[in-house]
Amino acid sequence: MKVAFKLYATLSDYLPIEARQSNRLDLEVSPGTTPRDLMERYALPSRLCHLVLVNGVFVPPAERASRALVEGDVLAIWPPIAGG
Amino acid sequence: MGWTRKVLRVDLGKGTCKSEPLNMALAQQYLGQRGLATKYFVDEVDPKVDPLSAANKLIMATGPLTGTPASTGGRYSVITKGPLTGAIACSNSGGYFGAELKFAGWDMVIFEGKSEKPVYLSIEDDKAELRDAAHLWGKTVWQTEEIIKKSHQDPQVRVCSIGRAGENGVLYAGIINDLHRAAGRSGVGTVMGSKNLKAVAVRGTQGAGGIKDAKAFMKAAADAKKVLADNAVTGQGLPTFGTQVLMNVINEMGALPTRNHRDVQFEDARKISAEAMKEKRPSDGRAHLVTNAACFGCTIACGRISKIDETHFSVVNKPAYWGASGGLEYEAAWALGAANGVGDLEALQYANLICNEDGFDPISFGATLGAAMELYELGILTKEQIGIDAPFGSAQALVKLAEMTAQGVGFGKELGLGSKRLCAKYGKPDLSMSVKGQEFPAYDSRGIQGMGLAYATSNRGACHLRGYTVASEVLGIPVKTDPLVTEGKAGLVKAFQDATSVFDSAGVCVFTTFAWTLADLQPQLDAACEGEWTMEKLALVGERIWNMERQFNNAAGFTAKDDDLPPRLKTEPAKTGPAKGLVSGIDKMKPEYYKARGWDANGVPTKETLARLGL
Repeated sequence: MKVAFKLYATLSDYLPIEARQSNRLDLEVSPGTTPRDLMERYALPSRLCHLVLVNGVFVPPAERASRALVEGDVLAIWPPIAGG
Repeated sequence: MGWTRKVLRVDLGKGTCKSEPLNMALAQQYLGQRGLATKYFVDEVDPKVDPLSAANKLIMATGPLTGTPASTGGRYSVITKGPLTGAIACSNSGGYFGAELKFAGWDMVIFEGKSEKPVYLSIEDDKAELRDAAHLWGKTVWQTEEIIKKSHQDPQVRVCSIGRAGENGVLYAGIINDLHRAAGRSGVGTVMGSKNLKAVAVRGTQGAGGIKDAKAFMKAAADAKKVLADNAVTGQGLPTFGTQVLMNVINEMGALPTRNHRDVQFEDARKISAEAMKEKRPSDGRAHLVTNAACFGCTIACGRISKIDETHFSVVNKPAYWGASGGLEYEAAWALGAANGVGDLEALQYANLICNEDGFDPISFGATLGAAMELYELGILTKEQIGIDAPFGSAQALVKLAEMTAQGVGFGKELGLGSKRLCAKYGKPDLSMSVKGQEFPAYDSRGIQGMGLAYATSNRGACHLRGYTVASEVLGIPVKTDPLVTEGKAGLVKAFQDATSVFDSAGVCVFTTFAWTLADLQPQLDAACEGEWTMEKLALVGERIWNMERQFNNAAGFTAKDDDLPPRLKTEPAKTGPAKGLVSGIDKMKPEYYKARGWDANGVPTKETLARLGL
């Protein structure tokens, strides 16, 4: 199934170079894949995965290894950041 | 240095500058800066005063930690009655001006009356005098600062001033210090202009002193700096990416107001984001962002310094804009960009430079332009009226209309009055995305419910800096709450509003609160300031300040009906994103908030509440 994988701010560096201009990678993943699976596949330090959103909705740390992505999901991750 | 215990009172009508002692009994109740200056203001000014009359006053105030080694201790605030809203106005700025004012020995400067001719105030330590500013009138902020530094033969003099916007009656004109730091919102610069006061130039050589317990203070300040350094947000996130990192976050969450709040996601958000600012441009191979920057004493350094693309249509043959300068910050990038559908980063930076150069609020300007673009798309405004085709997304219109607003010419005069007056004039008052006449900042109330309540109840009109529940609802600071629900938001908004009132009154930046709580600020205040400053006392001070501001607004004529959001946010559901189908739950949250505040159903503080707060 297809999902979109987005990494922002300093996490952009963990994307392949060609994906950094868009912060987005379109992936073909197997059913049952979780946010944690993709975080590990791309070697993201867990302490930097602060804001984890699936389709814009926050996924708490406790659910990141159990929440299965479905076709068309957009997983977006930020390190600790703030603004105002 | 705690307080300097001195107030400078400037009578612009008589041309006098007099020193008077700070009321230390009030300082114990209202701390400083926002709180203490507002107390002075409400005691001296009729709430019904015409904001642009001589009877209105304007106060520039530092906090007890301004000028000290406390991190971010460089803030000052401007307090007056705002012409955009008719409500209490309090705008806070960083840079170096505030600390310099403190070094000169002043806690605050109170301006009253109106000068017959343009003047500026010169302060050199104890010596203060009004000087002729005829040669400065009509000049931009950038020109004014340069001329004053040259004439004083002192590059270290710190200047705050108004640009042409403040002279021309743009109702959201700000006061700019250090070229690009702004007391930006609610039209404090308009009031300054109405008094024929062009600038304040200050040089202070008295340094920091008068700390109650210097040893304890240095330890408390160092401990608190370590908290900021060790925190991933204030230690790494903000200095590296600045506030602009929010652009993609808020867009992903479906809470990025787009095209005058018609939409909640902007297809070009990434093009105007922090990530885009760090990428090399095809035109010159350079990144837009040059470096980050810090205000006085700041150990966060979130500020952005950028260099515009010299080949961009907005600055061709305009080398004055080619140098490195302030911006873009998130709010300006949103207001000049998503709010009117413009995805051209360089055009946004140019408009931002114009706002800095001539002193007007990019939030209110950008949002007002968004309203004008909607009126244009509806066929209510024409190209002939505006002076240019102005559909959503037009970078050309953004650039031209920013210039026209700065210069006070053509349709720029109408944009300068804000969206409320603009939309009312053209028969569509509901299209003004504002509260109490002040335009929304960069968060949609349908996707971040708590912010809707924070906007509706903000004492200076729609504002994100009175109670920034985005910290909790989006960023998880101090704890994560669900942005899509209304439950618990009344208490959350109140807590943020009260705590922010304390930070705004201390002399430090509210951005410290991404890492600090009141428990980190309290030891610094307690060591610096005369008296006992406990957590309980600070909590009470914050709530007292909020209620004092509320009472002023109530006396000025505001009622519970004014604590509301535009119909669009209550009746037109978000079209996309996580909030799809949702409208703001303001009508549910508001009574809960009044109850949490100890106010009656009309939004008036009860006698019990006033007695508890010593009001």
